[in-house]
Amino acid sequence: MEFWNFFWTTVAAFFTLATFSFLYKDNPLYKIAEHLVVGVSAGFFVMVLWHTTLVPNLIDRLADGRWIYLIPLVLGLMMWFRFSKKLSWMSRYPMAVYIGIGAGVAIPLEMATKVIRQLNGMMRPIDWENFFGAGWLDVTAGFSGILLFVGAIAGLIYFFFSKAHTGVFGGVAKFGLWILMLGFGASFGFTVMARISLLINRIQFLDNEWISNAFDSSNEHYTVMYPILFWLVILGLVAYIVYEIIAYRRRGPEETAGTT
Amino acid sequence: MKATFEKLMLLDRRWVFLALAVVGVASYSLKDFQVPILVTNESRQIFAAIDELEEGATIFLSIDYDPNSLAELHPMTYAIMEHAFRRGVRIVITSLSTNGPGMADEAIRAIADSVRIDREYNGVMYPGREVVNGVDYAFLGYKPYPAIVILAMGQDFRIPFPADYYGTPLEELPLMENVRNLSSTECVIVITGTNIADMWLAYGQARQGFPLAFGLTGVSTAQYYPYLNSGQLFGLLGGMLGAAEYEQLADNPGLALDGMRVQLFLHWTIIIFIVIGNVGFFVTRKRRGAGGNV
Amino acid sequence: MKRQLPFFLVFVFGAFMAIQYFVPHKTSEAIYEFFIDILPIIGVFALALGIWSLTKVSVDKIRYRRENWQYAIFTLLGLFLMILFGFTDENWGFHWRMSPEVAGEGTDNPNFRLLFNYVMIPIQATMFALLAFFIASASYRAFRARNLLATLLLIAALILMLRFTPFFGDWIGLRLSETATWLMNVPNTAAQRAIVMGVGLGLVATALKVVLGIERDYMGRG
Repeated sequence: MEFWNFFWTTVAAFFTLATFSFLYKDNPLYKIAEHLVVGVSAGFFVMVLWHTTLVPNLIDRLADGRWIYLIPLVLGLMMWFRFSKKLSWMSRYPMAVYIGIGAGVAIPLEMATKVIRQLNGMMRPIDWENFFGAGWLDVTAGFSGILLFVGAIAGLIYFFFSKAHTGVFGGVAKFGLWILMLGFGASFGFTVMARISLLINRIQFLDNEWISNAFDSSNEHYTVMYPILFWLVILGLVAYIVYEIIAYRRRGPEETAGTT
Repeated sequence: MKATFEKLMLLDRRWVFLALAVVGVASYSLKDFQVPILVTNESRQIFAAIDELEEGATIFLSIDYDPNSLAELHPMTYAIMEHAFRRGVRIVITSLSTNGPGMADEAIRAIADSVRIDREYNGVMYPGREVVNGVDYAFLGYKPYPAIVILAMGQDFRIPFPADYYGTPLEELPLMENVRNLSSTECVIVITGTNIADMWLAYGQARQGFPLAFGLTGVSTAQYYPYLNSGQLFGLLGGMLGAAEYEQLADNPGLALDGMRVQLFLHWTIIIFIVIGNVGFFVTRKRRGAGGNV
Repeated sequence: MKRQLPFFLVFVFGAFMAIQYFVPHKTSEAIYEFFIDILPIIGVFALALGIWSLTKVSVDKIRYRRENWQYAIFTLLGLFLMILFGFTDENWGFHWRMSPEVAGEGTDNPNFRLLFNYVMIPIQATMFALLAFFIASASYRAFRARNLLATLLLIAALILMLRFTPFFGDWIGLRLSETATWLMNVPNTAAQRAIVMGVGLGLVATALKVVLGIERDYMGRG
């Protein structure tokens, strides 16, 4: 890894640790990181919109004399009257085109995706010959097929609030709620994994890209600056911790932790 | 005993944070610890779809995520891209989330570097080669409003993308010569953690009928299973485990397989937290009387 | 007129797009392609409003010395640097557009990618990594087997969380994995399907109400 590459990796590591410092408490370094990322992200987006949409899709086509593209240009500019008190009505025309097309396209396609294809998926013959399935809890077994059908119907009945949940109807709705809870539980299990992944990724970054390169003397570009940069960041971290300990001793635990 | 649990229930949450960090770092250093991974059918389908393609076939890959979900989704992108390039499969790439082009650009460069090296996968030797822009892959980039862009790509890639991300007109890319729209690719694989997945289902798959598969973050995985069951999706990679399954199938261990041991120990840490929390809840509830529910 | 015409337009475009799906015709296909071509372009102008408002909020914060105004400087700095790099190449030559003949300009500028890869990615990824800590703390404090329903949820979650555990031996380990797969593919699929169908019907009903002009609040009042 070349020096400047490592220098920037150190910057990234610094920002990683600065962001993690929020876990102790909110502090200026975290705030800087938080505000900086908003700006960089917006700047990135501006340039991507300019270079990859406005230039090729509008400016180039107009330059080729394809005047029909004046229509999106005018409609787009009309959007900008949104904040004017007198002329804000003009922004309604591009909005109308937008919403009309969006809603019109959605009607058949959302119906097909979320309702009809799902009904299709439910209407499957029950595999009576393989009712208990092969081995442990077989997804393709007959009983799984029945549960898939009954569970979805019961879930839908639970969401149907126009009729009181009493009697047989209430019983089915209750079963539906059980199925929903199993579903939410499964979802939660996956969510735990998702959140932990985010932390693992940061540990991997700090170790693979930062720490190991700081001390990799087999690197042909390696100089004493590599560990110096590393220790500077660590020193900053330690200084912050010491500062917090002194402040804590002086003021006492004035900040109480939240509940979650 | 009860007094201990009452204290535990009022513990500053930062001790919980510290415990998690310590277990995370400690388990990360157990580099040789192996975690058993059962490959699910939904993951295998995606691997098989690419593995069975002829050399020179084209697939479509959409990298629709921002840096906030790179932990789970980047390993999928890496594994799928590397697998495809090694097999000589070409990829048309787009990115429909706001900061996605940066992620895609980074992944393409990293995989291009990796494919230069000779490597053996599942007992087959793949000599290193140069992956060429416009021949082995085309990165079309970003356009705003994913639903509309997906509809447009269903008609013709040239409607939303007159030029690729680097400013080259699509006519000048040899790869795009015989690729008119989404249906002219062998399959569409979308890697995302947002509701862009819904748009691919409705505005892409439902309208054009192409084979579609998802790589999703753990948070959104569960909600797309109905589409798998109804056949709207032919495969699904769920979170870091899904990525690890793909890496295992492709015999290409990466960040996901590397992270699974930390997953294991941190899952156990959280399970222990849940158990302590529950025991504490029941012990202290009895003390407060039956009404105590908080 | 100013008020009614936009709703009429919504109806015309909405009805056309919905019907076009069922009656593909050469002319209707051409009109359809034209509209899906121009919509992202109009969209850019709408998105520009968002960027403008971010800039205005930050500038005002600094100008009127609002609380934490100093940090707004970093937002503007990030925005300014990205735009500066996005219009130049590595030798600071100005390029208003990207072209295949030039290398390292615009979004391909090494400095542009540097800021993205070494500032944006680590901060955004770490901000989300904080969630790992919050879910641990939440599971400690809030995840209780209070009643039958909460217990069902807890059991399903635990099976999912134990699915790659090697500590119980191969037989139990495999059964846990298989149970987790079954939970995802059967009860979870049934539950999510009920939700998806509910959402789908709601979406279609709302879209119909919008096209037919029954729902009008989205345009703002006045």
